[in-house]
Amino acid sequence: MKITKRDVAAAFQTSLPIMVTFVVLGTGYGIVMEKHGFGPLWSVLSGILIFSGTVQFVSVSMLSGGNILMAAFTAFMVAARHIFFSISMIGRYQREGKRKWYLFYALCDETYAMLSRDETPEGVNESAYRLLVTLFDQSSWIIGSFLGGWIGSFLTFDSTGIDFAMTALFTTVFIQQWMDTKNHFPAILGITATLLCRLIFGRDLFLIPAMIIMLATLIAMRSRIEEEGKGVETEAVCGEGRGGEIEEVCGQGHGGETEEFADNDGRTSKE
Amino acid sequence: MIDYTHAFLIILAMGVATLATRIAPVLIFGRDRKVPDLILYLGKVMPYTAMGLLIIYCLKDVSVLEGSHALPEGIALAVVIASYIWKRNTIFSVVLGTVLYMVLVQVVF
Repeated sequence: MKITKRDVAAAFQTSLPIMVTFVVLGTGYGIVMEKHGFGPLWSVLSGILIFSGTVQFVSVSMLSGGNILMAAFTAFMVAARHIFFSISMIGRYQREGKRKWYLFYALCDETYAMLSRDETPEGVNESAYRLLVTLFDQSSWIIGSFLGGWIGSFLTFDSTGIDFAMTALFTTVFIQQWMDTKNHFPAILGITATLLCRLIFGRDLFLIPAMIIMLATLIAMRSRIEEEGKGVETEAVCGEGRGGEIEEVCGQGHGGETEEFADNDGRTSKE
Repeated sequence: MIDYTHAFLIILAMGVATLATRIAPVLIFGRDRKVPDLILYLGKVMPYTAMGLLIIYCLKDVSVLEGSHALPEGIALAVVIASYIWKRNTIFSVVLGTVLYMVLVQVVF
């Protein structure tokens, strides 16, 4: 695979807000690790072996004296949302060859939010773009955590609240998706099912029940959703023209539909 | 005295568990060259559902009843949404919302 300057520039632009936040959050992680007696190289090791911010923050308190099985179970519970992401990238990554193993291994929330949109800029090699976005995101997290462990104690910048950048990022993707599609059922399902489960099951256990409910509902509603998604079907047809690479073509071809719905969606602001 | 071997094993165990959540679906559904129709369908609709999940996940520790009553989050989210509808620029909205949120939690509330 040939990577052009254009691919790098496009991936860099997409990753920029994530990279900035990851360096800052990673620094925070590196500082916490250092305070627990684990230097910058430990943070790097953890960023390679685990590479999930939430799991890594949880892991700190377990490093000295935690039960290994318990640690694995906790990691699984916290990381379970990745199951959801991976399922929805299988079709997209099917033709990525050996690269797909790296793409799946490093598929964090933020990379998923960027790459599940199928918005590879025009003239950019999609495979290179996917690889670079994933790589930029992971390396910025690891670099941040190294810096945190190395010089973190000299920093006086108060970064409280910086993690809101991720909430903001996901919200902009949500709004964009809302404007790009006619059928809002999947989006509303995501918000309401997760919110309900959070209220019912509490903050530690809500993810898995929420995912089960969402998967079951999406599967049960399949014929209705596919019927309503006329736009999706048109795109699927155009995808077949390119040798069945449905996923690759679909997202990009917002076609005329985007314009049509972008206008009459002021009500989004209620969310 | 820190037991570094134990720490390494903990990181390894948590790494394997995390990797499992990312790779298991691929091993189960993505082995054949032809991906099952159901998985392709889910791949199309799930990103829409997953963003809702991620937003709520990010806000899971926020309480409407305690502390600042979710006001910093509510205000910053409203600004993110409004500015995004206005400019359609991700970086602009993320930076604006985050700076505002940081000011709100560090200075105002």
